[in-house]
Amino acid sequence: MNHSNASQVEPLKQIEMPVLLFASLKDAAGSDQIMVRLSYPSATPMTVQDFLAQCGQQYPAIAAWLPHVRVAVNCTYADAQQTLTPGDEIALLPPVSGGTL
Amino acid sequence: MMTNEQVMRYGRHLIMPEVGVVGQEKLNAAKILMVGAGGLGSPSALYLAASGIGEMTIIDPDVVDLSNLQRQILHDTSSVGVPKVESAKKRIHEVNPNVKVNAIQDQLSNENVRQLVREHDLVVDGTDNFQTRYMVNDACIFEKKLNVYGSIFRFDGQSTVFCDPNGPCYRCLYPEPPPPGMVPSCAEGGVLGILPGVVGVIQATEAIKLILGKGDPLIGRLMLYDALAMKFRELKIRKDPECPVCSAHPTITELQNYEYFCGIAPEANGESGQAQEQITARQLKEMMEAGRRLTLLDVREPQEWDITHLPDAKLIPLNDLPDRMNELDTADDIVAYCHHGMRSAKAIGFLQKMGYKKLKNLAGGIDAWAVNVDPEMPRY
Repeated sequence: MNHSNASQVEPLKQIEMPVLLFASLKDAAGSDQIMVRLSYPSATPMTVQDFLAQCGQQYPAIAAWLPHVRVAVNCTYADAQQTLTPGDEIALLPPVSGGTL
Repeated sequence: MMTNEQVMRYGRHLIMPEVGVVGQEKLNAAKILMVGAGGLGSPSALYLAASGIGEMTIIDPDVVDLSNLQRQILHDTSSVGVPKVESAKKRIHEVNPNVKVNAIQDQLSNENVRQLVREHDLVVDGTDNFQTRYMVNDACIFEKKLNVYGSIFRFDGQSTVFCDPNGPCYRCLYPEPPPPGMVPSCAEGGVLGILPGVVGVIQATEAIKLILGKGDPLIGRLMLYDALAMKFRELKIRKDPECPVCSAHPTITELQNYEYFCGIAPEANGESGQAQEQITARQLKEMMEAGRRLTLLDVREPQEWDITHLPDAKLIPLNDLPDRMNELDTADDIVAYCHHGMRSAKAIGFLQKMGYKKLKNLAGGIDAWAVNVDPEMPRY
């Protein structure tokens, strides 16, 4: 565990979370799964919103997409305030237009 | 009453208690609106017709193109150039002459969508663009009809049933459309030909179950299919209590301007908001013949480059452009092109933001070049 940031009142928790990507996000990231390192104060739970911010910093290739994707946690659509716990399975779903007429 | 021909035709349905005579008569009386006779509409229309759906209205503005036949199995090689709805009607009658087919060669629009939805029991949505997705969704909410949704991209498919009073609608999932050009269409990103077969058949399965009132419909569940991994995955999706259209207190109670909503109003430019200069294929040809020094920037993918490309062009795929921009000189005249002109418009929008000034977009992309300048060039 990395507790190096001494100025923080609360120690930072660090976890890595696997994130599944779908449809055009796979192409943007070049992979169907990415690992996102999350650090957050151990007393405050990490929310979906926090996760998206850190995900965008670590993966600039998909950062522009993140405001437009839906997040699913453990196979259920989640809103921005939902809290995450280690071991959660996160999936990012961009809107898909096709169809082919 | 079913005829003897129908009893024989639907015999495998009739002997199952979940369908039986009662269920088959429901199918025979059902009216389905099919939006699109393309990749998704093809397999769903064929199976719905075979199952004995009484009446199907198919709306699609397009004519059959050779490039459709890789996946759109309603149509065949002899149908190229024929309106898709006519080709569909002919094929459906060959499968099952009991089905009444209404063929409408038109765009779904604010003028016709509500009446069409109202006159049918449910909608099978197989469109290829966001503005029609939102239009179909809203019309289904207003007219209280179910929307059997399917969408595809490359190797990935999705399906669900929207607009049930107890389940979510499309806007519950995606309240706002993405910026235009962000999500590639199948024409830009490609699609495995058999993928819409799987997804369209899931849509038809759900439509039949909903008409029969049997089984567990895909309400509140989004089915995801990955053909490369050969995996199905299911996500639970919820009604948004704040949804602008299907919540208890909606803020949208009538159809909108969907082109404006989706950011493709007529004056829309590239993402920089600056005007973009277009050049036609013929004008480009003249410039090249006049010996004008210019950089031809191809922003497609390498596999598209391998199919065909313009002479002396430089390949930098759109996604690589931020990293490889330094290979382009701001002093040079740059003409960007892609397949049809969408990605190159994005590329130009990006380059404008980065300070490039001497930019032109090849209108209609390399496809326009193949049509208007070089008939020997392969089209795809």
